Amino acid sequence: MRTQIEGSLAVAQAVAACRPQVICAYPISPQTHIVEGLSAIVKRGELPGCEYVNVESEFAAMSVAIGSSAAGARTYTATASQGLLFMVEAVYNASGLGLPIVMTVANRAIGAPINIWNDHTDAMSQRDSGWIQLYAETNQEAADLHVQAFRIAEELSLPVMVCMDGFILTHAVEEVDVPEADDVARFLPPFAPRQVLDPADPVSIGAMVGPEAFTEVRYLAHDRQMQALELIPQVAADFAEVFGRDSGGLVHPYLTEDAETIVIALGSVLGTIKDVVDERREKGEKIGVLGITSFRPFPLRAIEAAIGDAKRFVCLEKAFSVGIGGIVASHVRMAMSTHPIKNYTVVAGLGGRVILKTSLHEMLDKAVTDSLEALTFLDLDTDLVERELARTRADRRSGPAAENMLRDLGTVRAASV
Amino acid sequence: MTTHDTTIDPSIDPAGYHRGLIPEVVHHEPATKPVKFYQVGSFAVGNRLLPLEVRSVQSDPNRTNALTSGHRACQGCGEALGARYALDAAMHAADGKIVAVNATGCLEVFSTPYPETSWRVAWLHSLFGNAPAVASGVAAAYKAMGREDIRVVAQGGDGGTVDIGFGCLSGMFERNDDVLYICYDNEAYMNTGIQRSGATPPAARTATTQAVGDEPGNVFGQGKDLPRIAMAHEIPYVATASVADLRDLEAKVHRAMSMRGARYIHVMVPCPLGWGTAASDTLQIARLATQSGIFPVFEAEYGEVVASSPIRRQVPVEDYLKGQKRFAHLFKPKRRDDVIARMQAQADRNIRRYNLLPQGGSPDAPEATEGSL
Ligand SMILES: Cc1ncc(C[n+]2csc(CCOP(=O)(O)OP(=O)(O)O)c2C)c(N)n1
Ligand code: SF4
Ligand SMILES: [Mg+2]
Repeated sequence: MRTQIEGSLAVAQAVAACRPQVICAYPISPQTHIVEGLSAIVKRGELPGCEYVNVESEFAAMSVAIGSSAAGARTYTATASQGLLFMVEAVYNASGLGLPIVMTVANRAIGAPINIWNDHTDAMSQRDSGWIQLYAETNQEAADLHVQAFRIAEELSLPVMVCMDGFILTHAVEEVDVPEADDVARFLPPFAPRQVLDPADPVSIGAMVGPEAFTEVRYLAHDRQMQALELIPQVAADFAEVFGRDSGGLVHPYLTEDAETIVIALGSVLGTIKDVVDERREKGEKIGVLGITSFRPFPLRAIEAAIGDAKRFVCLEKAFSVGIGGIVASHVRMAMSTHPIKNYTVVAGLGGRVILKTSLHEMLDKAVTDSLEALTFLDLDTDLVERELARTRADRRSGPAAENMLRDLGTVRAASV
Repeated sequence: MTTHDTTIDPSIDPAGYHRGLIPEVVHHEPATKPVKFYQVGSFAVGNRLLPLEVRSVQSDPNRTNALTSGHRACQGCGEALGARYALDAAMHAADGKIVAVNATGCLEVFSTPYPETSWRVAWLHSLFGNAPAVASGVAAAYKAMGREDIRVVAQGGDGGTVDIGFGCLSGMFERNDDVLYICYDNEAYMNTGIQRSGATPPAARTATTQAVGDEPGNVFGQGKDLPRIAMAHEIPYVATASVADLRDLEAKVHRAMSMRGARYIHVMVPCPLGWGTAASDTLQIARLATQSGIFPVFEAEYGEVVASSPIRRQVPVEDYLKGQKRFAHLFKPKRRDDVIARMQAQADRNIRRYNLLPQGGSPDAPEATEGSL
């Protein structure tokens, strides 16, 4: 049903339509509205046969999810940021055990300094965890991806993380056609676990594995993600058949066919980028956009095909690997390894920094003339950085950097009033 | 034999934490009923002297052998012994419908290297610090699926329970999830080579509290008493047990399995490797722990002690300490009467707190021995 709805609530309703049997909840912004929404749905009795567990930490949330999934129940949880990091040991365990848990990550920065706003540092830190990672561009896609996630997870016996931008999507009210239970029932078969704790047929799950088989177990984890490369587009096609709209898949190319420059990004910023690209297209620039929906598995071939004969790509990333730079860019370079092209990493939107169209235009003006730095921090306040660097040079005990810079900003603002 | 404090009001649950979960009648019968064995000087359980229906689970030729032979525990491992009795008793009580969740630790490591898994029960190991939460998840799944006939037992070592898994354990307790958690307490992190845990007693030598310096071994004034912390959660059932009395352990597992909600059993399991004892002395050492009062054996329901096992023949704590290499520095090169006295004071406090000598003093005179079932 089409309705004006907050992103979090749309996701809660989409998840409920998938008839989860166990939901583990722990609060952290900007994810909290999702589990709050589900709490109300369960409490109202709209999800009979669903256990809603208020756990004491994210580590427990993922651990409860591990237990319930291993017992054969469809299981869901949601988290963000510090919460995702708090559960990391269990995140790896869930994928290592091959348990088809679905988890929303409402993307948010990682502290210190503590920051509740959006970027992708949280989910990117788990890119090697063995989970499938799907990034939603819109709230419609966020809702739809959850329905697809259960199908993918259960078919492959692998957990799936659905990443949606914190606040930008989770707290935005817009029109969403929320998947309904009847349609979902036609799309998502009941959970038939590949492995299950069953007293009638007891197995040991989670036994110690030594060097004799560990490589093979890990190889199979990779192999299943390679299978996901085939499955994800099929699931998106099936979804389109039942629900009548395109959502999910591996990548979303936009005006890439004849493009000389392709801007690559994940998540909600794609909307802004498309607006900018439309404006540049009007001026005759051959520029396109490539949205990556599936970051794990990483669709090397689909990306190579979408980039085609372009001259350059620009990766706009909401996270970076400190000490080297772009994460997505290094992946895309791998996709282009047989015919490398010029490429740029632009780190943007960290900790909720607004990504302005004007800034993107300025950056792209340089990119299309190949005068952009290989690694750029969009809208970096270099004065602020320089002042702090000067302080550290002048004084051995220059104090906490973040607080120093906030003080500087306060002074500047006060002076300008 | 077990004494019972009959002064406790059966309608215990002032805060209403366990709404609807209090059994109609709070049982004040002991988990173990006294049975007299006329084998003076022997501690043998004597199954053959008992009618069939009261014999131990282990004496049943059709016992489940939940933890079967072929595992790699050290000889004389108290944990292997305790786990076998506990799991078989749980299987017996639940008609075989048990799922076991295991924390990382000796028990998990010695039982599972494939292809020789020793578990003949549906069994899941996830991590070191999350067994209570994983078990909560299994229980939630069965509740959701209408399969509450399948019962969930979680188990871990003292490190997995009192330290790294403590948050998850407390959460499981607080939610009163339908899980029986069993802690096998060997008083240190054994699997990683005998390091101090929050359950390591004072003065004990471990690899991280070495027997060197002026105050060798673990320090006084630290550590946690998990059974009492569990009781503070006012969960339906908390008990301590020891491999010194396996019949009592079985009976307590049965008692726990007759209830729903969060239940906790803390079992003392000597570790020959970590404690520096002979493999053949495991039960003897465990018995000295209970008979000295250093390890009190009791039961509590909804936060209040309802029964305790009296000391049968009191021994000084020194008798317990001197057989173990981890306490050897208390006797050589210089005898540390001051430290031994502090340990004795702990035992005396347990004796007072749990009324372990109801007749007062030490019933040293030999009497008809009593076993329990
Ligand atoms: C998060 C984490 N930290 C540390 C370890 C290492 N580790 C594995 S078993 C163990 C000791 C277990 O001690 P305990 O729970 O007392 O069980 P025991 O081996 O004594 O039976 C430790 C420290 C681990 N596996 N995971
Ligand atoms: S080290 Fe101790 S607990 Fe571990 S197997 Fe050996 S005896 Fe048992
Ligand atoms: Mg231990």
